[in-house]
Amino acid sequence: MVEQIVDLKLALEHGLTEEEFGWICDILGHVPNFTELGIFSVMWSEHCSYKNSIAEIKKLPRSGNALLVSAGEENAGLVDIGDGQAIAFKIESHNHPSAVEPYQGAATGVGGILRDIFTMGARPIAALNSLRFGSLEDSHTRFLFQEVVKGIGDYGNAFGVPTVGGEVFFDESYKGNPLVNAMAIGLVDAKKTASAIAKGIGNPVMIVGSSTGRDGIHGATFASVELSEESESKRPSVQVGDPFTEKLLLEATLEIIENDWIVGIQDMGAAGISCSTSEMSAKGNSGMKIDLTKVPLRENGMSAYEIMLSESQERMLVVAKKGFEKQIMQVFDKWDLHCEIIGEVTENGIIDVDYSGKSEAKIPSFNLVLGGGAPVYKREKKEPAYLSEKHNFDLSSLKIPDEIKTTFLKVFSSTNIVSKRWIFEQYDSKVQTNTVVGPGSDSAIIRIKDSQKAIAANTDCNGRYVYLNPKVGTKIAVAESARNIVCSGAKPLAITNCLNFGNPYNPEVYWTFSQSIEGMGEACRFFETPVTGGNVSFYNESPDSTVYPTPVIGMVGLLENIQNRISSFFQNENDLIYVLGQDFEEIGGSEYLRTIFNLVEGNCPNINLEIEKKLHNSIFLANSKKLIESAHDISEGGIITAIAESAIGSFEKQFGVKVEIPIQTRWDFSFFSETQSRIIVSVNPENQIEFEKTMSEIGQYFNYLGKVTNKDFEFNGNIIPISELSEIYFDTISKRMSHEI
Amino acid sequence: MKVKFGVVVFPGSNCDYDTFYVLNTIFNAHTEFLWHKDTDIKGSDVIILPGGFSYGDYVRTGAIAKFSPIMNEVAKFANNGGIVLGICNGFQILLEMNLLPGVMLKNTSLKFISKDIFVKVTNKNTFFSSKIEKDVLQIPIAHSEGNYFAEDSVLTELQENNQIVLQYSSQDGIVSDEFNPNGSKLNIAGIINKQGNILGMMPHPERNSESILGNRDGSGIFESIISNFINK
Repeated sequence: MVEQIVDLKLALEHGLTEEEFGWICDILGHVPNFTELGIFSVMWSEHCSYKNSIAEIKKLPRSGNALLVSAGEENAGLVDIGDGQAIAFKIESHNHPSAVEPYQGAATGVGGILRDIFTMGARPIAALNSLRFGSLEDSHTRFLFQEVVKGIGDYGNAFGVPTVGGEVFFDESYKGNPLVNAMAIGLVDAKKTASAIAKGIGNPVMIVGSSTGRDGIHGATFASVELSEESESKRPSVQVGDPFTEKLLLEATLEIIENDWIVGIQDMGAAGISCSTSEMSAKGNSGMKIDLTKVPLRENGMSAYEIMLSESQERMLVVAKKGFEKQIMQVFDKWDLHCEIIGEVTENGIIDVDYSGKSEAKIPSFNLVLGGGAPVYKREKKEPAYLSEKHNFDLSSLKIPDEIKTTFLKVFSSTNIVSKRWIFEQYDSKVQTNTVVGPGSDSAIIRIKDSQKAIAANTDCNGRYVYLNPKVGTKIAVAESARNIVCSGAKPLAITNCLNFGNPYNPEVYWTFSQSIEGMGEACRFFETPVTGGNVSFYNESPDSTVYPTPVIGMVGLLENIQNRISSFFQNENDLIYVLGQDFEEIGGSEYLRTIFNLVEGNCPNINLEIEKKLHNSIFLANSKKLIESAHDISEGGIITAIAESAIGSFEKQFGVKVEIPIQTRWDFSFFSETQSRIIVSVNPENQIEFEKTMSEIGQYFNYLGKVTNKDFEFNGNIIPISELSEIYFDTISKRMSHEI
Repeated sequence: MKVKFGVVVFPGSNCDYDTFYVLNTIFNAHTEFLWHKDTDIKGSDVIILPGGFSYGDYVRTGAIAKFSPIMNEVAKFANNGGIVLGICNGFQILLEMNLLPGVMLKNTSLKFISKDIFVKVTNKNTFFSSKIEKDVLQIPIAHSEGNYFAEDSVLTELQENNQIVLQYSSQDGIVSDEFNPNGSKLNIAGIINKQGNILGMMPHPERNSESILGNRDGSGIFESIISNFINK
């Protein structure tokens, strides 16, 4: 990148506003030089500064009894799970990189979130993800989908973290701007966590891991604008992943943290050295003097600007305890990784950068960072006009389909419902030998070795609901995550969020964002699942479309005793099938409406948090009395789909059923209603009386539906062979990908 | 006599701890890690090359690992009749070192495959399989390159010498293309050398040696080694 004369025009080209450029000149007392401008532009980008979101995010509950570190304070949240152990977890987006370079975009998304976890001192024990694409009927979407899945798999598989769960949703709104959100969970001794802080005057600052190249320069800025025709030219802004080096970096990092040789450590993701030096310094009320001449480079002739902004992957910034440099270097040498002292901690609060004997930048660290001098904006909000139109749509005018069986099979074969086996069979889900329940269930379950405990985790969000009702839709995302945790037998602990929205300068987008945060806050407070941190991704727009507002929830729960886990799938022939929770024939925003009528209309289902919590307690009670054999929540595709999933969803042990689904006004609405707070359970006939008595006593609404059989899928007199259902469920996506359907 | 296991750690190994855990905690066996830069096998009676992506496997699986200092010692140990088990990446390394015949190609699907499959225990008359009770094991695989290939003459020899220990099969032990996940010749999932002291297998027995992880079908491999060593 050629050094240029800095003026307002160049600042605007760097994504800064005229006002921001003025502030920068005031802070420095002069017009920034080229390197300083580069540093400010990435640090004040939306991606690093959260300047348009932080005012809203602060409204979320960010502390709670189990939280050891409040949201935003460290690289990831930290939750106490007892016995001196803690869980670090976080979700992050890599949407824009994945839109232009799906393989590397997705791979480095996984790499970035794993580093966030192990810089805390935690060993990553599980990875999950949440993906959104257009329709698989579109060839470019199939390409994106295939490459994203391969990128996630190749990175996690080689690194050696099991990818245990996630969700995928296909909808036209994501066509030009797929969403790739990666989540990781790590386990750490609560007393041995590391902090992203620089303090102690004279302590050495080290760069470790990979060498620095020209890849990813301005990645953070690229993530802070909409995708456009020109985005293809931003492909060089996408970093290149190297999971092998990351694995070595993991081992070396955990070794130096374990030995207590460091003061602080932060991974280099967005904005590279700029971000890690300024954030660590600002957190410690200190500064850093660094010499870029010492940074191991991948190529010759790199300028200070390029080194400061490079987003080369698999690097960390370490502030060592003075006197332990040699030990730290020996560890990195053992793992064949670079480790160079590039400077030291200072007391003046300035990020002072030299290169080849020349001063290149002097910026107060505080002024660069979120929570410090970075801008904070409150944007204009306006309720979108489409909402009342959608809500007023007359759903009762829809014609009732003639054929029950074919209608069900069409809904059931939706790519949003069928098994995601094609995807998760490309992910190593069992490495580390802790995966008790892997992908394909309501929640994944990961045991904690040498204990009775296990962690349950999932990701969730129905963007269609949030589009139709931002507040309620987001509450549902939290409630459904919690329900999925409860269905596995675990107790919800905390969430991380990845807020995928459009351009925040659009008042309608901002109103939606704000409403969504409100709904999330309300639900999280209610379930006592604080937000441990996460990520905001704005500008998810392409010339084709704006994505549905998609606030993805990643939830983690705790199973005190792994023997109390609950399966999503029916276990025995002759067990009795019940539904807990009442149906209100809510069809707005449903998968049924989309697949049969090609409509996204109405309001999303309602959610009553009291009823939801009661449902959770009913499951806990029934499980503690060993009264239920399985539990599976009702979501997309309604009650009939949930029953089918419980019957055949376990590839190994499939059953038939004979059920009578109660019909209220119309069979189609009753079968496919997506009314919330409902769970399908199965009960051993021996426990029937006790189960019904227990549910009645606590006032839990329930309804008997029928029995598990070893024959067909039989509902309200309709019969479908299990083999037919199973083929649809397990093979639809692979057939789509190989053009067989 | 108590058997002592050595688990080799390459940079990029990621099943090293899993293997260690199973041996050490589940089977209560003395187990040590063997670092790739070392040349000391620490008196191991059995050496295990674990799964993972040694050196990132960016070149060809196992292609770099075979040049590790520790591997000279492993080769000497193996050629002197020492017991060596290669799991997944370990199997690939054994092929690369010519300690076992044949090569691994990419899976015919060209995709990483991670799932439980069934293997028929074709030869129970080995140091590694004699204590396996079942005829068919349900066991996880997780690899991109598990498509075993060798010339016909080599395959014939493997069959004639009963060197094929594990074959991909149906739940009932039917060995056919339908149950071949990766395109392996003769559905080969695991083979042994002529002398019977080196086994390479693609499935991961360390991933199902505890009932909490689904089943204990993998445990028979370790039980065989431990038991046969004691009776050796």
